[in-house]
Amino acid sequence: MINKVVKTLAEAVAGVRDGATVLCSGFGAVGEPVELLNALRETGVRDLVCVANNAGTGDEGLAGLIAAGRVRKIICSFPRTTDPHCFEAAYKAGKIELELVPQGTLSERMRAGAAGVGGFFIKTSAGTKLGLGKETREIDGELYVLETPIRGDIALCRADRADRWGNLTYRKSARNFNPVMAMAAALTAVQVREVVELGKIDPEGVVTPGIFVDRVVVT
Amino acid sequence: MKPLTRRQMAWRAAQDIQDGAYVNLGIGLPTMVSDFIPGDREIVFHSENGILGMGPAPKPGEEDKDLINAGKGLTTIVPGGAFFHHNDAFLMIRGGHLDLALLGAFEVSETGDLANWTTEDPNFAPGVGGAMDLAVGAREVRVLVEHTTKEGKPRIRKRCGYPLTAPRCVKRIYTNLAVLDVTRDGVVVREMVEGLDLTGLQKVTEAKLTLANDWKKIEAPAV
Repeated sequence: MINKVVKTLAEAVAGVRDGATVLCSGFGAVGEPVELLNALRETGVRDLVCVANNAGTGDEGLAGLIAAGRVRKIICSFPRTTDPHCFEAAYKAGKIELELVPQGTLSERMRAGAAGVGGFFIKTSAGTKLGLGKETREIDGELYVLETPIRGDIALCRADRADRWGNLTYRKSARNFNPVMAMAAALTAVQVREVVELGKIDPEGVVTPGIFVDRVVVT
Repeated sequence: MKPLTRRQMAWRAAQDIQDGAYVNLGIGLPTMVSDFIPGDREIVFHSENGILGMGPAPKPGEEDKDLINAGKGLTTIVPGGAFFHHNDAFLMIRGGHLDLALLGAFEVSETGDLANWTTEDPNFAPGVGGAMDLAVGAREVRVLVEHTTKEGKPRIRKRCGYPLTAPRCVKRIYTNLAVLDVTRDGVVVREMVEGLDLTGLQKVTEAKLTLANDWKKIEAPAV
């Protein structure tokens, strides 16, 4: 029998090693798996590379992980979101490395990681400072830059509903990076509002199929 | 000479958006454009965080914390709207599926280079968000910006001084003084506010301007 539902947040984030790459979903605080990130902080794991759109809001979740000095490097598109004081303090103190990636390139790099694609040429950043040093190619008269895949050791996601097979649905714009991050990691842990009986989620409405999900926890 | 207010700039840009267009509005001044779409036009607004059919800000009591826009403010969705994930949101942007991106800018060059993501201020970490994707991907990129900086320096320049968001992408610029097109022959003035002439506009513009034969006064209502 398949049952991906675990009882505690601690079980959901168990086994993450120092130096791991962590895909942290959310657009600002919407869709951010705050409780899973808090639980990861409590494990004491450090030297993490976090991939996220922003760099944490307020003091909880990703911001708390940064404030606790657990994040060596952040790969993101826009670090200064609503109330980014934890990131700003770490950045000014030189305690966190920043790799800035255009937002669409960030999600596409994870899609490539999820899909077994070793790299791709993309128009975004060609001819700009963020494209400097990258291999370029002219395709149909336009300039493209080579981008490489991103895969996570673990993805921390947030969904609305799940079943015990790990099928997921989301709520409104809280979907954002969750589906691609869920697909792009060796281990995917998801916090959900509720777990429903198998068969209760209409197969037509499943957004993330359970094959991508390893652990589900209700928060 | 009477420059347009920010609301009048947004009004002017809104008049050019065609019925049925799929449009992404940048953060800041461009966001205001949705308030001035003529009532007989149906426009579908796209948000980079996975919304088509984005509506106005919610009325009190109708706020939903899971429904936000690109600036992370609360928003709404109209009947016919759709939610989708980030890869699809940026596939729409980069793949030429949006008719128009209307963006803010620090500077635009006479060849349509856009600089709108960083001033390289050492006090702040840089952020790029979806700016580069929108600049390279939308079928048409237009810019909505004050004609000069607060210090009076031109924002429409021969070459951008700030790092580029994308080269050669801007087709039209709406400012508080004029409507200008970036063409193969340089920057062409289509409209100017009442009381301004080409000499006056050129004084606050670094790029070389030419006046369209059929140029007009901007007739903006008091909005």
